[in-house]
Amino acid sequence: MAERLLTVENLEVSFRTEEGVVQAVDGVSFELEEGEVLAVVGESGSGKSVTAMTLMGLTRSPNAYFGGSARYGDQDLVTATDEELRRVRGSEIAMIFQDPMTSLNPVMRVGDQIIEQIQEHTDAADVEAREQSIELLERVGIPRAIDRVDSYPFEFSGGMRQRVMIALALSCDPSILIADEPTTALDVTIQAQILERLRELRAQTNAAVILVTHDLGVVADIADRIAVMYAGRIVEQGTLDEIFYDPQHPYTWGLLGSITRVDRPRPQRLPAIAGLPPSLVDRPEGCHFRPRCPHEFAKCTEAPPLQSRAEDGSAHTDRCWLTAEEKRSRREVRPGEIGLGEKEGAEVA
Amino acid sequence: MLRFAVRRLISMVFVLFAISVLVFLIFNVIPNGDPAERLAGKTPTETEINRIRAEWGFNDSLPAQYVTTMKKVFTGDLVSYFTRLDVLEEIVKGIPRTFSLAIGAALLWMITAVVFGLFSAVKAGKFADRGLTVLALVGISMPVFWIGALMNHYLGFKAGWFPNGGYVPITENPFDWAYHLILPWTALAILFIGFYSRVLRSNVLDTINEDFVRTARAKGLSERRVLLKHVLRNSMIPIVTLWGLDFGAVVGGGAILTETVFDLQGVGQYAADSIGQLDVPPVLAITMFGAFFIVFLNAIVDIAYAALDPRIRLQ
Repeated sequence: MAERLLTVENLEVSFRTEEGVVQAVDGVSFELEEGEVLAVVGESGSGKSVTAMTLMGLTRSPNAYFGGSARYGDQDLVTATDEELRRVRGSEIAMIFQDPMTSLNPVMRVGDQIIEQIQEHTDAADVEAREQSIELLERVGIPRAIDRVDSYPFEFSGGMRQRVMIALALSCDPSILIADEPTTALDVTIQAQILERLRELRAQTNAAVILVTHDLGVVADIADRIAVMYAGRIVEQGTLDEIFYDPQHPYTWGLLGSITRVDRPRPQRLPAIAGLPPSLVDRPEGCHFRPRCPHEFAKCTEAPPLQSRAEDGSAHTDRCWLTAEEKRSRREVRPGEIGLGEKEGAEVA
Repeated sequence: MLRFAVRRLISMVFVLFAISVLVFLIFNVIPNGDPAERLAGKTPTETEINRIRAEWGFNDSLPAQYVTTMKKVFTGDLVSYFTRLDVLEEIVKGIPRTFSLAIGAALLWMITAVVFGLFSAVKAGKFADRGLTVLALVGISMPVFWIGALMNHYLGFKAGWFPNGGYVPITENPFDWAYHLILPWTALAILFIGFYSRVLRSNVLDTINEDFVRTARAKGLSERRVLLKHVLRNSMIPIVTLWGLDFGAVVGGGAILTETVFDLQGVGQYAADSIGQLDVPPVLAITMFGAFFIVFLNAIVDIAYAALDPRIRLQ
């Protein structure tokens, strides 16, 4: 039985801005087990990155407010002091960022950047830390690592830099690896290589991975479980198969419907979800997806809880008032499109 | 890195040559009238002018004149026709004074500005930051001859805490040397402290939002290390360039006011006095050496810049 590593309960993050209070994360709960890959999926502004960064304490600022808890071992990452968090960061929970071009210090040799992290968390001597960093660079597939350890970031390509970032993240054998859109800034072929590398490394280290992405292709490749986020809330959570083959929430239908498929005849235009995500300062009452949802009805002004609505009471949960029966009948699968018909009278923004 | 340095130094030689030609033209050719008469000083006699004309070869072709002038400037053959003193000797006498002033002030303003700038950035928007902003503005607005004179009068003359101008060679008594220079250093540095701490503050605030700083935090580094190792180093790059240029500018003329106010009798003061007496040979030599020094320093700055930022080396 895999051990539970992280329990996030009712996580709330809001930022005070000039326009008002931005509720970036609104009651997010999930669990993470050893060796598991949890994909957090959603469009820009859905709160997925903020959720990930909050676990590392990277969203802390005088204008940020937090609620709920994120239990890691006997620590709560939300209320931990900066100093406690600092010890967890990089050693037990490590993060890979979106843009490898800007995420490495441009004036430091990559080896030194890895050594710095190793020495922050262990007593490794200089020579030892250097050997470890060479070994790490080899592990993530950087050729001639023994020479490249003394190179500067600008001497690497984007894909290679992302490998360096992964090496950096793995340097202290973290038990949780948070990857925030790790392949978004890369070429498609490089994306595949990086994902392959992540998969291998996960198998070797048994670290749990939280993969934040908006790319369902990436998710299908690597995830065990998926949490779909919309406007700060998780709207649906389940295993990869449950989400892909039995999606419950109309937003998930829309997301799945807008994937380009090479194995089906292509429609004239790629189907898209009509409208825009709501402003996080002034969100709609009740279900956040309501204004864009073609299946809206009276009950939707009340916020639906995240719960299982399947008869067998499985761990597949969603936030939609429709009954399981209604969902099944409404999301009829057409080629290239899953059940998100035109909303009557909906303004297409 | 070595290749970069060598290439930079070679290109420097060409610039030096161009400058020497330019200075020669500005002093001897471009102004109207007889160059010999100008060189001779305020009240020359006819025989003296003729002697100077022969000595400097003003009847020869321009290239020949250029060679003669350069020979005079660089072999120490140059004599002021007004004071009858050897120009190079006078300059050499002033150099330790000018450099004592400039180096001390440069270190003072750099270190202070880094401390103030970093502090200001970390406390951005808070009371301490605003206070420093006002202070920096005041510092930038005070002319050196005014603040220098005030310091000299109140701290030196009235209170008697500091000597009233003058200079003691460091080889004679290092303590006395520093003691005599504290006021001049401060007076000269104040303007630069204000300016540099503002620039550094905004650089730090830009850098602190960079992705790699977030990475550094995510690595679990202490906030102190993040600031000093990742933020400060990247914020310092433009400042170091500025520093080299300003140091050159101070040595090459910016110290004139401070030297005069505190009677340090450095090269700057010598230049100022010579200009006042329409004594051309010292001005010619100081212009030449000053320009050379600035060019040389620029090369050094570029090389230091490449050491700080590896991306420069490729170009």
